Amino acid sequence: MAHAQVALVAAGFRRYSTYRQATVAGAFTNTVFGFLRCYILLSVAATAGGSVAGYDGPQLVSYVWIGQGVLAVVNAWVMLDLAERVRTGDVVADLLRPIDPLWTYLCTDLGRSGFAMLTRFVGPVLVGALAFGLYVPANPLTYLLAPLSILFAVVVGFACRYLIGLSAFWTLDIRGTSMLWVFLSGFAGGLYFPLAILPEWLKTTLWVATPFPALMQAPLDVLVERGGVPNMLLVCASQATWCAVTLFACKRVQARAMRKLVLQGG
Amino acid sequence: MAESPFGVYARIVRAQVRSQVQYRASFLLEVFGSMATNALDIASVFVLFSVAGGLGGFSGTEVMLMAALSAGAFATADMVVGNVDKLREYVRSGLFDSLLLRPLSSLAQLAALTFALRRSGRALQGMVFYVVALCVADIHWTVGRVLCAVFAPISGTVFFISLFVAGASVAFWWIESGEIANAFTYGGRDFTAYPNNMYGGWFRDFFTLGIGFGFVAYFPALALLGKSDPLGLPDWLLWFSPVVAVIAACLASLLWRVGVRHYRSTGS
Repeated sequence: MAHAQVALVAAGFRRYSTYRQATVAGAFTNTVFGFLRCYILLSVAATAGGSVAGYDGPQLVSYVWIGQGVLAVVNAWVMLDLAERVRTGDVVADLLRPIDPLWTYLCTDLGRSGFAMLTRFVGPVLVGALAFGLYVPANPLTYLLAPLSILFAVVVGFACRYLIGLSAFWTLDIRGTSMLWVFLSGFAGGLYFPLAILPEWLKTTLWVATPFPALMQAPLDVLVERGGVPNMLLVCASQATWCAVTLFACKRVQARAMRKLVLQGG
Repeated sequence: MAESPFGVYARIVRAQVRSQVQYRASFLLEVFGSMATNALDIASVFVLFSVAGGLGGFSGTEVMLMAALSAGAFATADMVVGNVDKLREYVRSGLFDSLLLRPLSSLAQLAALTFALRRSGRALQGMVFYVVALCVADIHWTVGRVLCAVFAPISGTVFFISLFVAGASVAFWWIESGEIANAFTYGGRDFTAYPNNMYGGWFRDFFTLGIGFGFVAYFPALALLGKSDPLGLPDWLLWFSPVVAVIAACLASLLWRVGVRHYRSTGS
């Protein structure tokens, strides 16, 4: 990676490391939701004979608590400030810089997620481990694939939010779009329940045709070693594909947006 | 002759509504988006329900009653005061001064200034769910239960309003409190949507009785269904939702007043 990119990642990390109180507040909220979801799923598992959709007790605990951590690392619910900069016209300053704004934003977001990994991921996961006991992956390969899978999740989450931000070139106001995104990425991403619960056709459609499972369900399935090594590799490969597809889409849409901006005399 | 305070609030709300519908496409997307969210919240309860054919030992119509009561109460409160957490910005920037300068309640002004019309669809939808749930549930109607059915959503709404206000008031002391309030507002919505006996340990005791979330949906639903709490709480306590709501409202209003007195603006 070039020098400028490294500096941007570091800047993203430093910027978010100054929001200390907000970090604590966020981790606290994730922890409360961790307890809530964990008890619900464990209760469902107890009624259903010990497991839910093939996840046993410790796997469910991991699914919930690591899920709360990954949620903060991917940060899918918080929109980038791109849309606001488009609305105010500040985006012109971003475009004048010698680095493509797509990479500027991506590097900053990677820095942010790195900081979130050290704080908002570790916090809830520790609480979950102490209060309930997490699933411990047996295969050494998992420890290699899991960080990779989380990284893919961050990039896909970023690219999708960047696309929503770009949509502001046409709609100016992205509140509606971002709301749809928040609810789809939560429901179809595997935040509320493991996607494996859903009917076969719906589950398959989500995995094959949408980027949502790549945001949360994918890294969580890797971390609880669902379906063994072949499935874990397949999951990572699908995430890598979605990274490529969404970033390419960002590139194309941004080029379109530029043309529109120039035509309008920006 | 000066306009009545109520007329002033109505004007502020009208102005807010007008500005919010300026971006029409976005506004409509938000109305339908939030209704879809609401429906999905309830759907996700039933996705989990379908796994074991029950939740906490309750049947489908019983769970529906709890989930609908929770959704209706939360959505209505969210429409009225869901944005009072903007108080953070008001305190940070010192803009709160402008609310104090006017001869009206600062809380009511803030609620009117942040009134979210886009959430009206969801509130209405939540209440429709509730009425449907009342119709399909196996309830032996008595005068007491009719009163309970009427007062339960009102109490739940008041309870959530109090929670939003209390959560926002924290900003008077701690501006960066950020998401902490969400743990109890949005967390409370999720908590109340499920039969409370599904939770365990101190977490259940603290949320159900300590904060009082049990009185939003779970206890009134038990009272309506004529069931006892599987965890052994006395039956008479199940009817106490309105009392708990009044207590919550008093505490929230007290917290707000103390907060306003604590407020020192930003200097010049």
